[in-house]
Amino acid sequence: MKRYSAFAVAREGLRHHAGWERAWKSPAPKPSYDVIIVGAGGHGLATAYYLGKNFGITNVAVIEKGWLGGGNTGRNTTIIRSNYLQDPSAAIYEKARSLYEDLSQDLNYNVMFSPRGVMMLAQTHHEIRGYQRTAHANALQGVETEFIGPERVKELCPIIETRGPRYPVLGALWQPRGGTARHDAVAWGYARACSDMGMDIIQKCEVTGVTQEGGQVTGVETTKGHIGCTKLGIVVAGHSGVLADMAGFRLPIESVALQALVSEPIKPCMDVVVMANTVHGYMSQSDKGEMVIGGGADGYNNYTQRGSFHHIEETVRALIETFPIISRLKMLRMWGGIVDMTGDRSPIISPTPLGNTFINCGWGTGGFKAIPGSGWATAEMIARGTPGPLAAEFGLNRFREGRFIDESVAAGVAH
Amino acid sequence: MRITCPYCGERDIREFTYRGHALAIARPAPDAGEAAWDDYLHLRDNPAGATQDLWHHGPCGAWVIVDRDTVTHEVAGSKAVAEVKR
Ligand SMILES: Cc1cc2nc3c(=O)[nH]c(=O)nc-3n(C[C@H](O)[C@H](O)[C@H](O)COP(=O)(O)OP(=O)(O)OC[C@H]3O[C@@H](n4cnc5c(N)ncnc54)[C@H](O)[C@@H]3O)c2cc1C
Ligand SMILES: [Zn+2]
Repeated sequence: MKRYSAFAVAREGLRHHAGWERAWKSPAPKPSYDVIIVGAGGHGLATAYYLGKNFGITNVAVIEKGWLGGGNTGRNTTIIRSNYLQDPSAAIYEKARSLYEDLSQDLNYNVMFSPRGVMMLAQTHHEIRGYQRTAHANALQGVETEFIGPERVKELCPIIETRGPRYPVLGALWQPRGGTARHDAVAWGYARACSDMGMDIIQKCEVTGVTQEGGQVTGVETTKGHIGCTKLGIVVAGHSGVLADMAGFRLPIESVALQALVSEPIKPCMDVVVMANTVHGYMSQSDKGEMVIGGGADGYNNYTQRGSFHHIEETVRALIETFPIISRLKMLRMWGGIVDMTGDRSPIISPTPLGNTFINCGWGTGGFKAIPGSGWATAEMIARGTPGPLAAEFGLNRFREGRFIDESVAAGVAH
Repeated sequence: MRITCPYCGERDIREFTYRGHALAIARPAPDAGEAAWDDYLHLRDNPAGATQDLWHHGPCGAWVIVDRDTVTHEVAGSKAVAEVKR
């Protein structure tokens, strides 16, 4: 792999850009691999990357039914933060956030991580108490956050109407090292690094069955034929239930559509990410100037990658109260992704009832921020055969055993 | 999406509240054991395709079992819970 650098840009500039090579190869599948990862979203690709980087396991294929990053990874609003309430969540999200800090250098690919700061508005007294509690929990967990008053909110984000009649801004939970990154670049950067380590990224190849013998996985049936494996990682987000069905077990997961939309581009007017959980909306401004807006998930299970129109209406209606400036903006595009929701709103990183088969899912509305940490933990679990410290609490059995990692109270919104 | 309430007829989805998979009305016996309760409370088929779930119709208060498709939003039929389970 040729490294990207200022020097490379200058060199290629002088020879009509004829020397750039493909970022990753598109090989035909081999008959079998040590590890197959199903799903080339951020979590699947990061898992493959850390299998190679941390454990030297490179006889790996990542199999994707569409194109890489075409699932939720390429559809999300890219908020990165780690101000969760429960200890296991803070540990894995903060691991991910800290890996994001130098991910561009690590991958030699600019993922445009922008730690511009994330604030979660408190618009009810209940929220003030909730966020103060989270700030205290974060202090104990070593995650840098702070509860700030309405004046500071206005100073950090002048376009907020803090004295709105219905939901005045009473304060905010502020994480200065949170922010955003470029979603496609995260998928592409990991894919390029995986390909460079000799792994096969196989796109346009749908997994249609899981083969097993004596309770152990032996491979997968795909639209490109049978591919054998010693270990299998299922990392397919909204389609986890479909893959689990192929492997012969059920999951505590329900799939719903979550939507986002962007406005026409305007001049820079906000340089932080703002989440307003009471009114169910959040917003940031992209580098191109578009206002990126996310809202609530559909209130019922479905697999339609578009979502209901009335949710868009509710989101925008609510945000206009807090950001009057957007009331006259045209919205350019809206889209949806199928998110995988667990009852406690925490992910699953776990061995499964089928031998040598592991699953990473349940990130729901908020897994983009977790990609590096989740890949790190999932690679460790697949390499060692058992979850390490980051993943230990996120097992499938926690539901049956009543050990929920309840984050629904802490955030209560798509993020 | 429009859902037919057995009492009020076809109505906009916004009049209904989603109440999860219809397996909720098949509650296991109190002593059915841990596995049966885990199944009932947590595990889901979560199908991409035909499913059956419970909706509550706000205006009249009826609980409705709806057959629908999670991929196409097609609603195949509905009946009142009161007629299935007394
Ligand atoms: C609108 C929206 C906004 C969001 N905003 C945020 C946010 O601001 N911050 C945040 O942290 N998170 C956010 N999220 C959540 C985040 O996008 C996801 O949690 C995360 O991207 C999941 O990554 P993944 O790799 O697990 O899944 P995906 O990126 O969905 O990858 C799974 C892949 O598996 C493939 N696949 C499925 N079935 C098969 C099969 N049978 N064979 C082969 N391949 C298969 C799919 O094609 C897909 O590419 C948002 C999500 C949505 C939809
Ligand atoms: Zn009715």
